[in-house]
Amino acid sequence: MIAHALKLTVRKSRELFLTRLSYRTQRYLFIYITLGIPLLYFLSTRLLPILYAFNVSVREWDLLSPSKPYVGLANFKALFTDEIFLKSIANTFKFVVIGVPGQLIVGLFVALLLHNIKRLRGLFRTVYFIPYVTSIVAVSWVFRWILMRNGWLNEMLLNLGLEPQLFLQSPRQALILITLTMIWQSTGFQMLIFMTGLEAIPRMYYEAAAIDGASAWRKFRHITLPLLNPVIVFSAVIGVISYLQSFGQVLSMTNGGPLNATTTMVLHIYNLAFQQFKMGSAAAATVILFVVILVLTLLQLKVLNKKVEY
Amino acid sequence: MSTQSVYKTQKNAKSPAERLRTLVIYLLLTLGVGIMLFPFLWMVATSFKLPQDVYNLRLIPETITFDNYAAIFKKAPFAQWIKNTLIISLIATSTVLIFDTAAGYVLAKFSFVGKQLIFLLIISTLMVPTEMLIIPWYLIANELGWSDTYWGVLFPGIITAFGIFLMRQFMDSIPSDLLDAARIDGLNEWRILLHIAIPLVKPAIITLIILTFIGNWNQFIWPLIVLQTEEKFTLPVGIVYFSSELKDTSNWILIMAGTTISIAPLIVIFLIFQKQIIRGITLSGMK
Repeated sequence: MIAHALKLTVRKSRELFLTRLSYRTQRYLFIYITLGIPLLYFLSTRLLPILYAFNVSVREWDLLSPSKPYVGLANFKALFTDEIFLKSIANTFKFVVIGVPGQLIVGLFVALLLHNIKRLRGLFRTVYFIPYVTSIVAVSWVFRWILMRNGWLNEMLLNLGLEPQLFLQSPRQALILITLTMIWQSTGFQMLIFMTGLEAIPRMYYEAAAIDGASAWRKFRHITLPLLNPVIVFSAVIGVISYLQSFGQVLSMTNGGPLNATTTMVLHIYNLAFQQFKMGSAAAATVILFVVILVLTLLQLKVLNKKVEY
Repeated sequence: MSTQSVYKTQKNAKSPAERLRTLVIYLLLTLGVGIMLFPFLWMVATSFKLPQDVYNLRLIPETITFDNYAAIFKKAPFAQWIKNTLIISLIATSTVLIFDTAAGYVLAKFSFVGKQLIFLLIISTLMVPTEMLIIPWYLIANELGWSDTYWGVLFPGIITAFGIFLMRQFMDSIPSDLLDAARIDGLNEWRILLHIAIPLVKPAIITLIILTFIGNWNQFIWPLIVLQTEEKFTLPVGIVYFSSELKDTSNWILIMAGTTISIAPLIVIFLIFQKQIIRGITLSGMK
């Protein structure tokens, strides 16, 4: 009897051990497969291509010629004497300087309005968000049509007795108009981020300020803005990175014109690589863009890691 | 009780100044709705107009015609472009769903040596701008004969760091006890993922599916570079090609019919799944 019980226990513990063992191997196999495939994938489609891009950037890499001689930093030097590239840097800077504050102000304004109402909030939020999910290219063509020489906006100006404008054909207006369409398209996203930020601010701060008789502006200036600061910094960096990469709208609305007034860094990279087939120069330009974005991202991490004290 | 009722009466009794303030807010928001929707309304309106009415400012055309839609399908391989975009978006969404969900789950619910490092490695790929990758991708695709194919468009996006991040955030909320209970019951890890974890984060999965689908439907710069023949184009590339060809003859009604076709499915998808989309963007945008 006892022997039988003992036998059973032994068998049971051995079974348990076996399942344990197979459980461990099973578990590791599971981890290796689910993470190994993505890791290999990112290694081959992200990490190695970056190294490849660095390699291309230090060579004279004409797609049409078979030899790709090493030229050191010549591509970089040439870029900084390339007038269109310098112009494209200046233009990209303008996109960032107009677009980022514009997007933040409009987004914050809409978020504050929505935060102060109760009815129809969901409906407004939905409508404001629609442009964000639609294709940049398609939307750009719609704006191009509205802003055309005899498009809707000029017809409206004429009806009001005003001068028709050149809009996208004007070197002075084109860049600002493209930036405005970018702001229009990202308002929904920005509003959403700010709404989440506003909801996270405890109501009691406002109630306390109300008891003290603070005006709406003072409440905004001394409660909302400081407490929203991390969200603003986060949005600003994300915004800078996305405006640095301006491409789709520019290609579709002006293709860089008139007189390169709207050519951006990415458009210039695209033209160098895929219109002139100068892969070396184009890769060098991407390296410059990469460094700028990397510095910004690291800066963001550093700023965001600093805790804000209330 | 008394404080509550005081609070309530305070809230209900609105001063005239407050009423005016609310009115101004609603007016501003309605004006904003106009600015947000007008381009779409004008696009749709133009697409239904007769050629002679194209410069007429009416938002609802006097005569509505569907000829423009018939014409663009005849003038350009629009049906093929829709098919291409749909196939590419569906394949990419499926692979992203499989790989990102599994990876996000493991990164959220398992502990092992090197987990943080792996997560950091994956996330750091988000910092690399696409512009830097397109030149190497293009050279690789050329070398391997992938240019001008579906696979050529697809290969950079079959697993996404963004999706892994998103799924990890959502999977984090699954109680570990539940998973351990399933393990004691003898379920293997794949079944636990499939039958326990995934059903628990169903709204998140829908978010991932929709965001990936929309992202692929709209992606532009890479398909523009890797695709060469007209029949292989996706909708955004097709729109640029088609519109650039037509714009000199000022065929704006046809261009607007084309953009309507490429935008309409997205607006419908957004209106159906807006809750999931907004949730996903909020979560990934904030953390």
